[in-house]
Amino acid sequence: MSDTLVPFDEVVAAYDPALGLEIHVELNTNTKMFCGCPATFGGEPNTQVCPTCLGLPGAMPVVNGKAVESAIRIGLALNCEIAEWCRFARKNYFYPDMPKNFQTSQYDEPIAFEGYLDVDVEGETFRVEIERAHMEEDTGKSSHVGGTDGRIHGADYSLVDYNRAGIPLIEIVTKPILGAGEKAPLVAKAYVSAIRDLIVALGVSDARMDQGSIRADVNLSLAPKGSGVLGTRSETKNVNSLRSVERAVRYEMSRHAGILSAGGSVLQETRHFHENDGSTSSGREKSDAEDYRYFPEPDLVPVAPSREWVEELRATLPENPATRRARLQEEYGFSDLEMRDVWASGALPLIEATVAAGTSPQSARKWWVADLLRRANDAGVELAEVGVTPAQVAEVQALVDAKTINDKLARQVFDGLIAGEGSAADVIEKRGLALVSDDGPLIAAIDDALAAQPDIAEKIRGGNHAAAGAVIGAVMKATRGQADAARVRELILEKLA
Amino acid sequence: MAQISRDEVAHLADLARIDLDDAELDHLAPQLNVILEAVASISGVAGDDVPPTSHPIPLTNVFREDVVVPGLTAEQALSGAPEAEEQRFRVPRILGDEQ
Repeated sequence: MSDTLVPFDEVVAAYDPALGLEIHVELNTNTKMFCGCPATFGGEPNTQVCPTCLGLPGAMPVVNGKAVESAIRIGLALNCEIAEWCRFARKNYFYPDMPKNFQTSQYDEPIAFEGYLDVDVEGETFRVEIERAHMEEDTGKSSHVGGTDGRIHGADYSLVDYNRAGIPLIEIVTKPILGAGEKAPLVAKAYVSAIRDLIVALGVSDARMDQGSIRADVNLSLAPKGSGVLGTRSETKNVNSLRSVERAVRYEMSRHAGILSAGGSVLQETRHFHENDGSTSSGREKSDAEDYRYFPEPDLVPVAPSREWVEELRATLPENPATRRARLQEEYGFSDLEMRDVWASGALPLIEATVAAGTSPQSARKWWVADLLRRANDAGVELAEVGVTPAQVAEVQALVDAKTINDKLARQVFDGLIAGEGSAADVIEKRGLALVSDDGPLIAAIDDALAAQPDIAEKIRGGNHAAAGAVIGAVMKATRGQADAARVRELILEKLA
Repeated sequence: MAQISRDEVAHLADLARIDLDDAELDHLAPQLNVILEAVASISGVAGDDVPPTSHPIPLTNVFREDVVVPGLTAEQALSGAPEAEEQRFRVPRILGDEQ
């Protein structure tokens, strides 16, 4: 890495950044954009293909109506106009991940255009103007063989799996984002985050950045401060986490400044982002390869959504995620920090359902964010797929409230629920997890503990109530954690009063 | 009067990965011009009230239900491939010396 990097504060003192973001959203339709092959993630190679998505001669594409519906809903949620009439276009290029030698996309007639999205950056609202959202199809997946690190450079040959080729994509393109200054990296991250939240709320995609169902390309250029011009941009491709978006912008700002302040000119090119050190490296220079010879797709008829349909879809839009977040935070009384963790973990809808089942917001938050999230992370699944439902969490918390179990035993109940041992009551029964509700065995355990530690009894009698902790500990141990600690404490103090 | 230069034809050939030598370019560029002129005569007939069309049939909104239809097996999909490996299409090195 030989880039000359200018420290970030010096960059923003001398230059105005201009950002542009292109986000590809892979839709969660059952089938591909133009054929009936499954659009699911992770099948065996080349088992979700047909003549259409393999680009075999004579195969005819037909548009997936559900994908158009999702495209319109995304457009509406981004405050866009929806085209009254638009077409698909062929984007011609030669690359083995696209077996047709063109990608079916939209060119000068996108389905949605001229919108905006307000994003929150450190408590301030920043409006990002949306230029367009258009429909297209994903490409196949290449793996490169030979060379040093599985990368395309230096590879001997490549292997291609076309399962992903043809999966519906919506590409969302911003207008140049100006005036962000030193906040440019944060604005970029907040925008991608807001798009992801919106996509989740719409339910149109799995929205997993780690699996590539949302991918961001980050365009950046610098211009001398106050000059009002647009500099030459670089395009960092496939930045696949929110943190990486922020880092990529930061790196490119420092790199561009290094070139410009030495009197050089920035090359218009694509860049690859490297997760390990947050740097970017040169991809390909933009030149003839950019000449895609777009033309209207002759195998597909135009899409002309009726205004009635558009209005029907507008009525299905969910509450704006930012509004919803603020409303529920207030309703639940969560601190900003608590809410941040709740939001980032995807726990909010689960907490909402748990609260609806009768649990207090703080108890619901505690289980989902503190306990179940760790289990989900350990298992490498989404929180919603951890194996416990909101109704079960509500049931467990009700048992804690009724002092049938305590928090510690509740965790073991969750173990049982995840292991599929039946209802919470079944798990408690089978594993013998209920608290000792009868005072008799507790008093016996207290007597034993006091007999073993006679000096402690003296301390407690002398008014040192904190010393009771040692006795409670001994009782908990004797009952294998199945005692109500508060009750044990009461009994000790009664006994020694 | 449509005009396509020899350089433009060379550029298009390059984009289309068609290897044309100088003699072929000399031969083909004028021919393409004749074709373009023939097509251009349509522009002379069609007034501003006739928009260019991309599809001969006046249809819109032909949509498919989002229902899975059986496709090909991997064996069928790969049967026409010159080379396959690990159930994938094997393709030559993607980035050549010129790129």
